[in-house]
Parts: sequence; C-alpha cells; structure tokens
Amino acid sequence: MATALTTPPRPRERGSLWERGLGKWIRVYIPLLIFIVLTLFPFYWMTITSFKSNTELLDTARNPMFVVQPTLYHYRYLLSESHFFQWLLNTTIVAVASTTISLLCSLPAAYALARLRFRGADAIGWGVFITYLVPPTLLFLPLALLIKTFGLSNNLFSLILTYPTFLIPFATWLLIGYFKSIPRELEESALVDGATRLQAMIRVVMPLALPGILSAGMFAFTLSWGEFLYSLIFISDTQLKTLPVGVVQELIRGDDFFWGQLMAAALLASIPVALLYSFFVEYFVAGMTAGAVKG
Amino acid sequence: MTIAAAPKAREVPVRPFHVRILQREAPLGYMLLVPTMLMLGTFLAFPFLWGLWLALTSAEIGTSGHFIGIANFKYEMTDTVFFQSFWNTVNYTWITTIFKLVLGLAMALLLNQAFPAQRFVRAALLLPWIIPSVLSTLAWRWMFDPTFSVVNWVFVHTFHLAAVNWLGTTNTALGSLMIVNVWRGVPFYGISFLAGLQVIPVDLYEAARVDGASRLQQFREITIPLLRPVLVVVLLLSTILTFGDFQLPYVLTRGAPYNSTNLLSTWAFNVGVPGGEIGVGAAISVVLFPILAFLIATVLFTLRRAD
Repeated sequence: MATALTTPPRPRERGSLWERGLGKWIRVYIPLLIFIVLTLFPFYWMTITSFKSNTELLDTARNPMFVVQPTLYHYRYLLSESHFFQWLLNTTIVAVASTTISLLCSLPAAYALARLRFRGADAIGWGVFITYLVPPTLLFLPLALLIKTFGLSNNLFSLILTYPTFLIPFATWLLIGYFKSIPRELEESALVDGATRLQAMIRVVMPLALPGILSAGMFAFTLSWGEFLYSLIFISDTQLKTLPVGVVQELIRGDDFFWGQLMAAALLASIPVALLYSFFVEYFVAGMTAGAVKG
Repeated sequence: MTIAAAPKAREVPVRPFHVRILQREAPLGYMLLVPTMLMLGTFLAFPFLWGLWLALTSAEIGTSGHFIGIANFKYEMTDTVFFQSFWNTVNYTWITTIFKLVLGLAMALLLNQAFPAQRFVRAALLLPWIIPSVLSTLAWRWMFDPTFSVVNWVFVHTFHLAAVNWLGTTNTALGSLMIVNVWRGVPFYGISFLAGLQVIPVDLYEAARVDGASRLQQFREITIPLLRPVLVVVLLLSTILTFGDFQLPYVLTRGAPYNSTNLLSTWAFNVGVPGGEIGVGAAISVVLFPILAFLIATVLFTLRRAD
C-alpha cells in the first residue's frame, strides 16, 4: 500500500511503466482477484458439492476442489422425495403477494411524504424511518401471539401480512429519495394544464419513478424470498413451509446432514433471486444507493 | 402555494367535492398514508407495545399470564446465559462492523478503478448479499464441517497449517460466525460506498493534485468527508441488522458449543419459542431496544457532529 500511495495519481494517458504494468497489478488486479475468489468460493463449493456422489463427498483422501464423476443423484432425490416444489410455490406466492402489498402501501405514502406539505408529515416520515430500524428479532414473540389471535397460524397469510412490516418502511424510504429527484416543475405544469393532483401523481410522477419502483419491488421480493424467522415461527406444516425454512428444517434430520442434497436445494432455491438480480443489476445498484445518496 | 390557485383562474369546470378536497395537499396526504399506517400500526407498532407489556407478565405458551412487574428482568440479571448472549451480541456487532467498514471501503476503492469486465465483477461481488442468507450460511456450515471442512483442506494442503474445529470449540465458534457475517455484509458496504464515491466530482481531486496533495491526503480530506452521508446510513443499517441477526447463528450453531455463540436474538428465541416462556423471551428481546436506540443515537451523533 505504501508504494501505491506515493505513485503519481492517475496520469492515465502517459503513465510510467510502473503505473501501467506491475503497479496496477499490485494495486488493483490482485486485491480484486482476492475479493472475487473469497466472495464466490462458497457458491462454487455449493455447486460442486451438489454434483458429487456420496462416496466422493466422504472421501477425505481426494482433492475436494473438483468433481470427478458428476451426478444428478442429489437433484433427482431432492425433486422427487422432498416437498421442494411445494415450498417453491409457497415462497413465490408469499413473495409476490407481500411485495405487491408493500408497493401498494409505500408508493402513495412515499409520494405524500416527498411532495405534499401537511401537518405532521415530518413526524410521520421520521416514524416510518424508525420502524425501518426495528429488527424482526424484537417483534417475533408478540407477533406470533397476534397471528394466533387472528387465527392465521400455519397459514401463508401470516407471512403475506407480516412481511410488509419490514418491506414498507424501506420501500417508502427508497421511493421518497426517487420522488424527490423528479423535478417538481413537470408535475406543476400538469396541474396547470388542469390535471388533478392524483392524476398528476399517477400519470406524471409514477412513470418517471419507474426505475425506483422496480428496484423497490425487487428488493422487497428478494427480502421476502429469503426471510427466515417469521416463516420458522408462524408455519408448522411441512406442506406450507417456504424454501429457506423447508430446506433447513426438513432436509436436516437430527444430526444427519445430507450435504449433496442440501447444497442442491440451496443452489436451486437461490436461482430465482440470482436470475432476477442478474437481469436488473443496474436498477439494483441504483436503487440500493438512491436512498443512501439522496436521503 | 400559488399553483393551487392557477386552475381556478383558468376557469376549469367545477369538480365534485371528493375531487376538490383531494386537490388540497393535507387531505390527500393523509389519505395516501392510510394503507401504510394501517399495516405498520397493526403488525409493527401494536406488537411492539404488546411486547413491552409481555415482558412485564408471566405469559407462557397457552396462558396469557399476569402482570409481574420487572420480575422477568430481575430473573435475567441472575441468568449467566443472558449475560453471555449479551456480550456475544455486543462483540459480534462491533467487531464485524469494523471489518465490514474497512473491507467495504477497500472494495469500493478497487471497484472505482478501471479494469476489464467491470459490470460482471460488480454483479458477482454483490452476490452474497442477494442470495438468501440461510442458504449461503448453510454452505458455510458445510465448509466449516469438523471432518470434511474444505477450509481446513486448504489450510493443511496449501498453507501447511493445522486444521481448525471452526464451529466446535468455544474459542473459535463465535469468530467463525463473524467470518460469515463479514463475508455476507461486505458487498453491501462496498457497493453503497462505490455509489457514494462516484458522485464525488473529479475536479476536487484534480484541484487537490495541483495543490500537491498526496493520495492519502486526498482520501482523508476529500473522499471521507464527502462519503459521510453514505457512511452514516450504511453503518446505521448494518449495525442494527447485525445486532438483531438471527439466521446466521441459528443455522451455524444454534448457540452451541456451551452457549458460546448465543446472541440475544437466538437466546430470546430459545426461551420464548421452544422453551415457551413468552414473558421472559419478550423481556430478552426488549433489552435489544434501548441498546439499539443508543447505538443509533451514537452513530448518528458522532458522524453528524463533524458536519
């Protein structure tokens, strides 16, 4: 680091040999490579484990880094002998429904807090921000009782209705940042042209905020897809479990870990969010920071 | 607002009452907030208050219990596991936060350089944060397996070090949890900081260079101060999430060995759900709250003061 810091900063056009060659390797490429290897190794390990046969998995004499005879045994077993597809369906239903509810709540709320002036707006804005900071760990016991009182235990609605508690605050917060970045003039000219405020909001502001809405939606979907604590507590039927809980609770029997099958399940359950994310990675990054940079 | 008067001046046809009332900012504002208030009120604010009440009762599974004052808290004060969980949580939070901060900053500075396949690398580095924690943590549990640990294989075969029983001893288990937490958290820091770095105007650095500022000076005088808003937000969120972390300890160790990895979250869960002592469990959760509030206030205060 010491040498890197004393080299002349970024004369990219006509840098010295040091700057262009070896220096760049030491300063950028090698550290970056280390980051990449450490970050991605668990996923690599997950993947090769899922394709190894049980004999290969339990052979300590062999180099474990590669698969010698790949097999689909664990996948076949997982998809035929467990409730994997049912869990996948449950998770999808819960994630889609709670994301929809969260967006339907947070879109109007964010618009009101970002654009309209009324008594108590600041206090409510702060209130939403603080709810963002209340971790589920603090709420799960009373929530479990509340769910029971509503007769929703062991029902996917218990998740669909509680996930928005951590999705709405952050989605609202993210969208406030987005709405604030849209010039007021656009909306005001629509008002002058005779549109009502609601029309201006729906026809002028919402389309412009679409990237923000998309990223809020994807975040919400990703978070509900991976949620664990509420799902662990509110749902007890194997048939009704979501993927993270199903995999951890049903595929681990006592002290027996069937790692091939577990890793196959972990990989398959990760693919939907990974796909979603790889298609929209730009929105993701933009959305993740919109709140932070602008808020 | 002068805008509100404009449509009238243009003699727009008279609108029905419900349209007119929503044309004013205040009624519309309140109306737009109703769904959010209902959801957060029912499933967040109310359970929060109920949790405070439960902490003061003798509620157990099946019985709603009665008011017993601060007896649950007094009981906690005599419980060594509670204290151990408390200090585990505190250490788990501050140690991982420092690592995530430093490594995240390093990652952001690296990603801000020119290198090939930039988009792909950024996308790849964010993966640990996207993939459901439970599932990636499961992979870590397998990597830390006492017999088949691949980390140990690398240790022994590549670096000629001794094998470590990662999750199995009281000395190493909490540290292993921290490694996984840092692995999962660094991408969030890195990508957020990167976005913060990219909005810093390049001219500032050019001007500093003309004035003969070293890289270190540029970093301290330009990068850090301008990154402060992002720093505040990321630190705040990450501290709170780490403090309440449940999935990671639950999947890796569930508190074992000998409660050395119990955090307040897992301990509250153990007492409240399988143990059925809802009142005591709620009291343990409630302890999180003032500490969280204190953490939030401290982070905000120390980072705002410099502005």
